[in-house]
Amino acid sequence: MLEDTVPLSHYLMLSATLFVIGIVGVLIRRNVIVVFMSIEIMLNAVNISLISFDHYMNLSSGQIFSFMVMCVAAAEVSVGLAIIIALHRNKPTVNLDEFNLLKW
Amino acid sequence: MLLKLACLIPLYPLIGSIINGFFGLKIGKNAVGLIACGSMALSFLTSVLVYVGFLMLPEGQHVFEQVVWTWFGAGDFSVDFGFQIDPLTLVMMFVVTGVGFIIHVYAIGYMHEEFSYYRFFAYFNLFASAMLLLVMGNNFLLMFIGWEGVGCCSYFLIGYYFEKKSACDAGTKAFIVNRVGDFAFLLAVMYIFNIFGTIDFTDVMHAAPEKLIYGGEIVTIITMLLFVGATGKSAQIPLYTWLPDAMEGPTPVSALIHAATMVTAGVYMVVRCNVLFNLSPLTMTVVAFIGGGTAIMAATIGMTQFDIKRVLAYSTVSQIGYMFLACGVGAYTAAIFHLVTHAFFKACLFLGSGSVIHGIHGEQDMRKMGGLKSHMPVTYWTFLVSTLAIAGIPPLSGFFSKDEVLYHSLMDGNIIFWGMGISAALLTAFYMFRLVFMTFHGESRVDPSVHPHESPKVMTMPLVVLAGLATVGGILGIPLIHGWHILHNWLEPVLHFDLASALQHSEHMLHEAGRHAPSWAHLLEPKEHNLWIESLLMLFSAAVALTGIFAAYMFYIKRPDLPDKFTEKQWGLDLVQNKYYVDELYDDAFVQPTIEGSKLLWKECDAKGIDGAVNGTAKTIGWFSRQAQSFQSGFVRNYALFIVVGFISLLLVMF
Amino acid sequence: MELLIFYPLAGFCVALALGVVFNNSPVGSAISLIGMMLGLAGIFVLQQAHFIAILQVIIYAGAIMVLFMFVIMLLNLKKGDDMGWVAREKNLLLSVLTGFLAIGILYKISDILFSAKMDAPATLPDSFGTVANIGETLFTDFVLPFEVASILLLAAMVGAVVLAKSKLD
Repeated sequence: MLEDTVPLSHYLMLSATLFVIGIVGVLIRRNVIVVFMSIEIMLNAVNISLISFDHYMNLSSGQIFSFMVMCVAAAEVSVGLAIIIALHRNKPTVNLDEFNLLKW
Repeated sequence: MLLKLACLIPLYPLIGSIINGFFGLKIGKNAVGLIACGSMALSFLTSVLVYVGFLMLPEGQHVFEQVVWTWFGAGDFSVDFGFQIDPLTLVMMFVVTGVGFIIHVYAIGYMHEEFSYYRFFAYFNLFASAMLLLVMGNNFLLMFIGWEGVGCCSYFLIGYYFEKKSACDAGTKAFIVNRVGDFAFLLAVMYIFNIFGTIDFTDVMHAAPEKLIYGGEIVTIITMLLFVGATGKSAQIPLYTWLPDAMEGPTPVSALIHAATMVTAGVYMVVRCNVLFNLSPLTMTVVAFIGGGTAIMAATIGMTQFDIKRVLAYSTVSQIGYMFLACGVGAYTAAIFHLVTHAFFKACLFLGSGSVIHGIHGEQDMRKMGGLKSHMPVTYWTFLVSTLAIAGIPPLSGFFSKDEVLYHSLMDGNIIFWGMGISAALLTAFYMFRLVFMTFHGESRVDPSVHPHESPKVMTMPLVVLAGLATVGGILGIPLIHGWHILHNWLEPVLHFDLASALQHSEHMLHEAGRHAPSWAHLLEPKEHNLWIESLLMLFSAAVALTGIFAAYMFYIKRPDLPDKFTEKQWGLDLVQNKYYVDELYDDAFVQPTIEGSKLLWKECDAKGIDGAVNGTAKTIGWFSRQAQSFQSGFVRNYALFIVVGFISLLLVMF
Repeated sequence: MELLIFYPLAGFCVALALGVVFNNSPVGSAISLIGMMLGLAGIFVLQQAHFIAILQVIIYAGAIMVLFMFVIMLLNLKKGDDMGWVAREKNLLLSVLTGFLAIGILYKISDILFSAKMDAPATLPDSFGTVANIGETLFTDFVLPFEVASILLLAAMVGAVVLAKSKLD
């Protein structure tokens, strides 16, 4: 029993669960920061998936790709937070529902 | 070749019209008058040259066709822009350019006070150009262009004094009534094309006896439609109501357009298509009846009118009725003869009345005239000469032409036609001399503040010329003397109709169609020229004319109380004086329903239907847009939801 | 052994992720996220991806979440600045839809996963997942993406500075 390995599908299931939680967070929360954090959850879920497949198939490209994902996540977070700060300067709220000028 | 100059004849007045129209204000009144009359004179001289050239044609050739260019061709249908010179055309050309030139000269004097001098002459020349195109065209379509052109110019010129509403209404009425006739004419042309495949005059007239059955339905329909067109243009029953109202225009317009040329276009057209009319005896009867009926009816109305120009207008309608009566019995030469002499004396009468009106400063009611003989001698004598001509007193031209019409209406027609003609002659003599006596004789009823004076030379010279022509014009057709039938011999090539061969062709066609040919033997009986009857008729009509003059003398000179006595008895006077209420009838029957119908169409179809459809389309699109707008809520989370939903559905579709 | 580690760690991650989404205060969400990332680092180690695990801790939990905390502190967000989930009609519709979405996705994915045969893992060399191995692969096969990533980071830096600075100069 101790020698059994966890099947790949379980890892992927974990990835899927985290991804869905991330989507739910994006759609439900109105605080911009929390929405951002949900996006980070999604990116992490993808990372798990990449690493698991890599392990299963003895490749290293998945890990490199995961590395790139982290890079991109960093860049995106910095720019995104800069935008939020700029928005906050115009309208001192973090409520996403109040940024609704882009309509007819 | 002198004949090649023919294309210039309608061109001169057209150029004159364009120059006067565009530059008239700048070049001054004298130059405008000079250009207008000069172009007409040039046309007249060119007509003379063309006549000389025509005489030089080889023996046996009676038609000269000059095709200037091919106007358009669509499939089998091709129309040329070409001119046809034959004896009939030459007669009409001389009348139009000659009388037209004289009237242009008169108009220089008559219209001198007007500000829009140049506009008048521009339209006047344009009219002359259109009329020349009408008589010189070599196919139906070209004639129709001239036909429409003269109608259009008539509208312009009647509405010349456009500040007066009555003038504008009269112009519109003339144009619209003409239009009804034009519609029938156009239908006839289309039908002719359908049957013959061409609308060229020479082709159609040559092919007619071979393609159309004598008295058949096709030729009857075509000729009836053509005749309706002619009634519109020539002011016969039922489309004559526009001509009396057209007297709103200046007097030279009445003289040229509504006496000498435009209204005779219908007669010209019937004579041009004489082959077609000869093939349809039913239409000929109709033509004769309408001609005679119009002659009498217009004469009765003319007896009761007090406006001097109205009397002359009804007189014109009546005289053209004579011409159609002649056409209806087959005496085309008589019709053209009467056309020519009528142009002379009627133009003189109209110009004379214009001179009278000019002399008493605009008064047109005869009840306010009288005793003008001493004030306007030249006008009086020329007017008298023309009135004698129209009444039919020998040896003036009107006597000969009217007598020829009456003779043929008896010999070639029947006693009813002759009866209509002779009664109209009696009435004509009566009301024309009523006009003369009321205007020039008796005590002066003129407004005391007005001093009547004679018109200037530029107006009286044309009167003298026309009166002279009215006197000697009879030479064209002096009867009884063998060999002096000048006009008849001249027009022979155009009017020659081989009835025997036409009947043979018709029999052949009927046999081929399996139908039985009726017996036509009675038509082929030769008709002799009976000199005794002719002489008798001449004496009789002269006597009738003198009776009419005597009656007018009695009523208006000797015992002026008689007219009032008659009117007291109300013998249908109301009916006649109100022109038999024909205008009111047309108004109720045609005009008001059209107006009501148009209003209905406007309110229902246009405002509700079409506007509703267009606006409704816009509104529907707007509604759809508003529905689509709700997607753009600005609500970021909605956008995120849509992104996710779209992505998921994409995945589901793919897997 | 692996099982013993994996399932508790996985449950820990999921619970903390739920905590991120359903927490009232933004700071609480941030802390939960840090916890979740540390948990994920552990899972990476379980998959023999040591280098990535370390990177996860250093970059994600160390740099990115700190940045998040900076901004939360800067904006002076308080607890309950926006209530996480108030039952208004727009929210209700959205939430119901989202719930359906979540359940639908999970169902579909589990359907796919448990019907597939993924029982033959490949054998791994000893140097799998070590720094030397990753570095070698990175600088030979994937040098172009590496360079592009560096440019991306440069652009992000410049962008962040430009966006966030005030308009005074």
